[in-house]
Amino acid sequence: MTSGPISDSVLERHGLKRDEYARILEMLGREPTLTELGIFSVMWSEHCSYKSSRVHLKTLPTTGPRVLQGPGENAGAVDIGDGLAAVFKIESHNHPSFIEPYQGAATGVGGIIRDIFTMGARPIALLNSLRFGSLDLPLVRRTMTGVVAGIAGYGNSIGIPTIGGEIGFDESYTGNPLVNVFCLGISRADEIIKGTASGAGNPVYYVGAKTGRDGIHGATMASAEFDDKSAEKRPAVQVGDPFMEKLLLEACLEVMKTDTLVGIQDMGAAGLTCSTCEMGSRGGAGVEIDVSLVPQRETGMTPYEIMLSESQERMLLVVKRGREAEVERIFEKWDLHAVCIGTVTTDGRMRVKDRGTVIAEIPNTALTDEAPLYRRPMQEPAYLAEVRRFDPAELGAPAAPAAVLRRLLASPGVASKRWVYRQYDHMVRTNTLVTPGMGAGVVRIKGTTRALALSADCNARFVYLDPYVGAQLAVAEAARNVACAGGEPIGATNCLNFGNPEKPEVMWQFAKAVEGMGAACRALGIPITGGNVSLYNETDGRAVLPTPVLGMVGLLEDADRAVRRTFREAGDVIVLLGESKAEIGGSEYLKVMHDRIAGSPPALDLAREAGLQRLLVAGAKTGLIRSAHDCAEGGLAVTVAESCFDTGIGAVVDLEAVGAPDQALTSVMTLFSESASRAIVSVVPARVPELLELAREHGVPARRIGLVGGSTLRFGIDGVPVAEVALAEAQEIWETALERALEVEPALA
Amino acid sequence: MKFAVVVFPGSNCDHDAYHAVKHVLGQDAEFVWHKDASLRGADVVLLPGGFSYGDYLRTGAIARFSPIMREVTRFAAGGGPVIGICNGFQVLLECGLLPGAMLRNRSVQFQCEFVHVRVEQVDTPFTAACVPGQVLRIPIAHGEGNYYAEPDVLTALEANRQVIFRYTTASGDVTEAANPNGSLNNIAGICNTQRNVVGLMPHPERACELAVGSRDGLVVLESVVKSVSSAGGALAGSPQ
Repeated sequence: MTSGPISDSVLERHGLKRDEYARILEMLGREPTLTELGIFSVMWSEHCSYKSSRVHLKTLPTTGPRVLQGPGENAGAVDIGDGLAAVFKIESHNHPSFIEPYQGAATGVGGIIRDIFTMGARPIALLNSLRFGSLDLPLVRRTMTGVVAGIAGYGNSIGIPTIGGEIGFDESYTGNPLVNVFCLGISRADEIIKGTASGAGNPVYYVGAKTGRDGIHGATMASAEFDDKSAEKRPAVQVGDPFMEKLLLEACLEVMKTDTLVGIQDMGAAGLTCSTCEMGSRGGAGVEIDVSLVPQRETGMTPYEIMLSESQERMLLVVKRGREAEVERIFEKWDLHAVCIGTVTTDGRMRVKDRGTVIAEIPNTALTDEAPLYRRPMQEPAYLAEVRRFDPAELGAPAAPAAVLRRLLASPGVASKRWVYRQYDHMVRTNTLVTPGMGAGVVRIKGTTRALALSADCNARFVYLDPYVGAQLAVAEAARNVACAGGEPIGATNCLNFGNPEKPEVMWQFAKAVEGMGAACRALGIPITGGNVSLYNETDGRAVLPTPVLGMVGLLEDADRAVRRTFREAGDVIVLLGESKAEIGGSEYLKVMHDRIAGSPPALDLAREAGLQRLLVAGAKTGLIRSAHDCAEGGLAVTVAESCFDTGIGAVVDLEAVGAPDQALTSVMTLFSESASRAIVSVVPARVPELLELAREHGVPARRIGLVGGSTLRFGIDGVPVAEVALAEAQEIWETALERALEVEPALA
Repeated sequence: MKFAVVVFPGSNCDHDAYHAVKHVLGQDAEFVWHKDASLRGADVVLLPGGFSYGDYLRTGAIARFSPIMREVTRFAAGGGPVIGICNGFQVLLECGLLPGAMLRNRSVQFQCEFVHVRVEQVDTPFTAACVPGQVLRIPIAHGEGNYYAEPDVLTALEANRQVIFRYTTASGDVTEAANPNGSLNNIAGICNTQRNVVGLMPHPERACELAVGSRDGLVVLESVVKSVSSAGGALAGSPQ
């Protein structure tokens, strides 16, 4: 194991800094081989090591009475009763999805599904949170169409329903789309399987697709900014094979039912390297493998390539010695070949051989726990002073409210996402109680009376304007969405998408956002059981809007009580829960009508928010609340409109009833302000007093603001319309806007 | 009464069919692995949806070579009731138990949504409990469900009353707008000339409980229970 000194250019190609290299020399006590350098390079990349983010992530609340597994494993897990666990995680695949949208997104789905079944859970639902630039650009339309097709292609084939999510648009994502994918699975609470290697002499098995040259240095790529040469990095994107993954999924779940496994881990970012050293590190053991035994797709692959390949659909298993035949038999049944490539050792080292000759030997901890940790410098960004100076008065006279409503309904961020979710199989497994586009997605848990409500949310404009409050608002919105469906928020996973952490301004955004997220989660009693950090989301030096996405899990004790967002019956009373204030900063209104992201995000009172969420859950439990819709992008007007869509029944709302008496709100503010902690619910007339009383008990202001009925969306004062749009027209605008923006022929169906 | 739910590598609606038969309908159901050589005395054979073998060559093209398909063919030849749903329908087309082929949807996209289908004929084991002209609201979920057959085959299908389900509006009208995928003559499902083998693209097994949006599909499974019971099990023609 000798090699010459490493040149600067070699280091640069590996994304390693000089001082990091000095550390490698110190840890090894010698020059690394090129294979070892490659291994350090991927394990110490931002993507794998979290070197810039770890100090901040440690402050997040990760424990709670329901938490069965916090961060550090392949996914988190919470107890959902009946002896069952919900195993879930969200992960990003942003960089690959820009370079090759279809495969980038598809393999993102494949990766997160593996993280879930690796824990012994059967995946039952997918969500995604996507961000794209302006659809005016052909590049962005191509990216979005490819990403959606890729998610559909993988998820549909493997048979896991995509039941919800969110899509946002902003120019900052043009050259750097965000593709965050969430997966949730169910396992027995006492049968969760860990990614650990232990027991000296236990065999280490490789199973799944053969190793090729695809994806080499994917983790390193995901840890650098994009520039005009990024398109040349296409070979670093992997190609997905959902059929192979389906076989792996079924075979692994079958193997896990036997008692033959010590641990199992998928080979995701950094491939064989990461799975080997992480499993060893978790189990306090060493792992020795011989790369010549690894099944290879191409001839002439070097050990360096084999160790760094990110070929998809591969798993690493540690099997109990003596049980090898049982494991091999199950994989054979599924036409998969489990190959023994090494053994567990006691020395805590990752030892890689090639036909018996040692070509890399590194202590596991050097690659995991002792990887570099940075407390990077932070500085408040200069743009904040400017956006805070915003004064709504400078906007001039507002447009007619009805015209504004039409514009907002046609905005891609607000418009119906049917064009997208129709391409996702959202019904397979026959558990989907609330389908995409109707608020949080809800899936029942067969064999129990329970259901889970799932939502992924982040309003990045709010985070941009105030990372601390914005991240709190993201937590609040995600939790409120599952509460609207009747689910008690019991756990969350986060995907933190930011720019280059080496820039103090970006690091400041990140730190403030994590701080805000932690504070909100503590106040609402929601643990974060894991997640993912995606940094370097920049193109030509410009960062995306800071986008910390929350994937939220809500528990319904009674699946039959799931609440949808749509009104049910003419004559039902519309009640506004929460308070409308003159808060237009960062709103959809400001962006769509004035092309501005300015002002302060809405204020958030976490105690009030917690009360609202408990109220929504309590009101759903007894069937009191007949429909509930979180009041967010586009404000009250859009929320009421969306509550009417697909029902054929309109609504009449009295704007004077909306604002508190001490708030003199203009019509624009009343209709389009995005004040936090609000929901529009409907209730049968006879039970209005019951709802108002329940709201009072929870400390939530509640006002009767209108009635379900008629064929228009009518917002008036004293019976005089302020804004009125025919429901059919509004729905047509909302339903077709995205297809029109994508220049896709509306489907005939 | 026992249903055999055939599992190919890549089947993904096998659990849904099993759930519908066993837990909603209350009949016996058993998974039969594609490498098995026996249907284990089943009265009904169900080929579920999914992406058998990843649908990599053509949908259903590789699954037809699975060992169990020889047994399914014998079972069908003996008059046993066989239903292929979505990918199962595509497998039946590929192995020649039903005529025609599937093209990509007119939209060139995968489509998952509720549609309406009209029951055209009630003299098959899978529609015996339906009312002629009954409109069912059940979902589709496919990328290649655009039914195609040569003109003479199509003419024969219609002449022999082999078109069993047709895409229509909610009120049962055959219109272009009600055709989700471009299928010829709005065809959603057909049977063989013996009428015991039925294939359809929509998923009746996904529409057996109101909780998941509709129970209109249950009648398809109830039909075969009724047919087999009234025939005293004689429909199943495979030597047991």
